[in-house]
Amino acid sequence: MDTIINAFFNIDIMRQAAPLLLKGAWVTLQLCAVVIILGISGGLALGLLASSKNAAVRLPAFVFIDVFRAIPPLILLILIYAGLPFIGIRVPPFVAVCIAFLLNNSAYFAEIFRSGIKSVARGQTEAARATGLSPAQTQAYVILPQAVRNVLPDLLSNVVEIVKLTSIASVVSLTELLYSANMARAVTYNSSPLVMAALMYLVVLWPLVRVISRFQRGLSISS
Amino acid sequence: MDFGNVFLNPEIIATYMPQMVRAVWVTIWISVLVVISGLALGAFLAGLRAYQKRWLAWPIVLFADLMRALPPLVLMLILFFGLPSLGVILSDWFVLYLVLTLVLAAFVEEIFWATLTSLPRGQWEAGAATGLSFNQVLVNVIFPQAVRTNIPQLVNRSLTISKMTAYGSVIGVKEIVSVAGSAQAFSGSATPLTMAAIAYLIIFFPAMLLSRYVENRFHYDH
Repeated sequence: MDTIINAFFNIDIMRQAAPLLLKGAWVTLQLCAVVIILGISGGLALGLLASSKNAAVRLPAFVFIDVFRAIPPLILLILIYAGLPFIGIRVPPFVAVCIAFLLNNSAYFAEIFRSGIKSVARGQTEAARATGLSPAQTQAYVILPQAVRNVLPDLLSNVVEIVKLTSIASVVSLTELLYSANMARAVTYNSSPLVMAALMYLVVLWPLVRVISRFQRGLSISS
Repeated sequence: MDFGNVFLNPEIIATYMPQMVRAVWVTIWISVLVVISGLALGAFLAGLRAYQKRWLAWPIVLFADLMRALPPLVLMLILFFGLPSLGVILSDWFVLYLVLTLVLAAFVEEIFWATLTSLPRGQWEAGAATGLSFNQVLVNVIFPQAVRTNIPQLVNRSLTISKMTAYGSVIGVKEIVSVAGSAQAFSGSATPLTMAAIAYLIIFFPAMLLSRYVENRFHYDH
């Protein structure tokens, strides 16, 4: 028992590592804010394109979505960070992460928005158009609000996935939470900083995961 | 600057192709193992939870919450670097396999559990009325319905977790990303990274199309 506490829950080491980890957590927080906003905006635009009646618009959107859902974000990130310098473009880690996440997260959000839009009955569009709303107004005031409400649980669980995914930024040495914790582990020869990072992720994500479970149950009973 | 020569240099492709093919197999067989054991464990845990015993349900809920809230990469680093100080040394691929299996099982358990609780009570009662035991109803009546209604979600989760085998590169599993990374460092060319991206496209693009098909096929309008 003592060995376990010493190896994973060493208070002294956690106290030493705390300033570094807090700094890392702050970077993670900033990163999350940027990539979630980028992902939702990109995903909404892409989701609308993928819902278009015009096949020339719809098909390229589908190909984009499927390509970037098929490539793991980690290799996308490495390709951007380590590959672009070969053609003379050097991007800082933070920017590389934002680009990789924009491509990947937009694809995932687009799928969610698309299925939301699909879930709104066609009569809604027809009724809105009959009252004299333009196609854009119909989309913005009638379809999208209902679409978003229908896929709220999926949107939330994708946000959780993205927050967890930011940990891959450690691979391109962005000093976010996991990178800082792993640094502290290497310096102290002790895994307690990693456990501390895990606890910090839990504080934010556990409540969200609970909410998602509630959502799933609530929805499945009503439908 | 020749874009093609930087990202798709034929000589480098030829040199690293054999290694890359081996890495693709590693990615595939770890994914297959993870999906099989993750689905099985998740279904089993949801089944256990159906017995409505508090001492059984609590640990399962706790497990499912932790595995869904923690980044898999954090779990992998804790197991890979932490366990040796307790005298337990796990090989790199086993850590990858274990963590991904547990994470998949947590999501699968939640998916099944949501369905188990939403099926009409009449299903349980009708099963019992025909003389089936609780276990028989669970296995023969409830589970087949839970599987069928959740096939799109189960397929999507399995694909997502399979792509996470890329995390193995962080602890040295010789899968696609790690082989491409060392080839890139060794050759001083970006081509191996492009090869890795293409390898994933070859494996997962058809899988994405499959998941679309499955979604349409098993879609319920309500």
